[in-house]
Amino acid sequence: MNLLEVVRHIEADVLYGDDLLERLEVERVYGADLMSDVLAFAVPGSLLLTGLTNIQIVRTAQMLDIPAVVFVRGKYPQKEAVELASSLNMPVLLSYKSMFETCGILFREGMLPCEIERRCPR
Amino acid sequence: MTEVYVEEYVVKGDSFLEVGEASTKLKGTLKMLGIPSDVTRRASVVVYEAEMNVMIHAGGGVIKASISSDSLVIEAVDHGPGIADIDLAMQEGYSTASDRIRELGFGAGMGLPNIKRNSDELDIETALGEGTTLRATLRFERG
Repeated sequence: MNLLEVVRHIEADVLYGDDLLERLEVERVYGADLMSDVLAFAVPGSLLLTGLTNIQIVRTAQMLDIPAVVFVRGKYPQKEAVELASSLNMPVLLSYKSMFETCGILFREGMLPCEIERRCPR
Repeated sequence: MTEVYVEEYVVKGDSFLEVGEASTKLKGTLKMLGIPSDVTRRASVVVYEAEMNVMIHAGGGVIKASISSDSLVIEAVDHGPGIADIDLAMQEGYSTASDRIRELGFGAGMGLPNIKRNSDELDIETALGEGTTLRATLRFERG
C-alpha cells in the first residue's frame, strides 16, 4: 500500500512529505511507544506508529530504514522531530485516532504485522 | 585484514536531542563505502543503542568505528559506574534507566540484547567505579 492510501484510510494530516507519499510503499506496520522495542522487533521498511513525539522517534526510524512515521492520538510531534524528518526526506503523518484504531484500520485494509521471532526462554 | 578507516564520535551525557548523531554519521559513511545495507542497518542499531547506554548510564563517552576490508569494529568506551551484573544486564527487559528516560521511549532493557543480536561478536569489559568498554564486531559476510 502506498502512503497516500495510508493517509486516506486513517484520515491523517501530512506534516511533511506530501510529494513523497505516492511513491513510498509499505507492507508492514509496527506500533509502539517503546523505541527499544522498535529497534528490536520492527522490520526494515515497515511503517512506524507511535504516541511519543520526541526527536528520537525519527532517529529510531532512520536507523531501521523505516520510511515514514505516523504520530497517533493527535499528538503533534516536537519541532526537532519534524525538522530532522524533513532533512531525511521522511514523511511525517498525524493520526487523530488512537493507536488501537489506527492499527485496526490498517490491519483491516491488508497491512501486515512485523513478526516477532520466538526467542529462547531464559 | 588492513584497517582502512577509523571514525570517532564523542557522546555527551544528558544530550537527548543529539544522541543518535554518531549512528547517523556512521550510517552515512558505510553507505558511501558501499557496505551492504543489512550490515549498515545492524551497525546503526548497535551504535545507536551504545550511544543511548553511554549517555543514559555513564554521563557520556567515546565511540570508535574501525572499518576494514572484511569487518567493522565498534568500540564504546566510558568512565561511568560500570555494570554490576553483566548477565542481568544482558537479559531482555532488565534496565536501570530512570523514569524520565522511560517516558521518552527508552530504557526498556533491550539495549544490550539488541547490540548482541546485531553483532557477530560482542565483548564487554567492565569494572565498578571505573567504566565500561564494549566491543562489537560485524563481519561483512555473515558466517
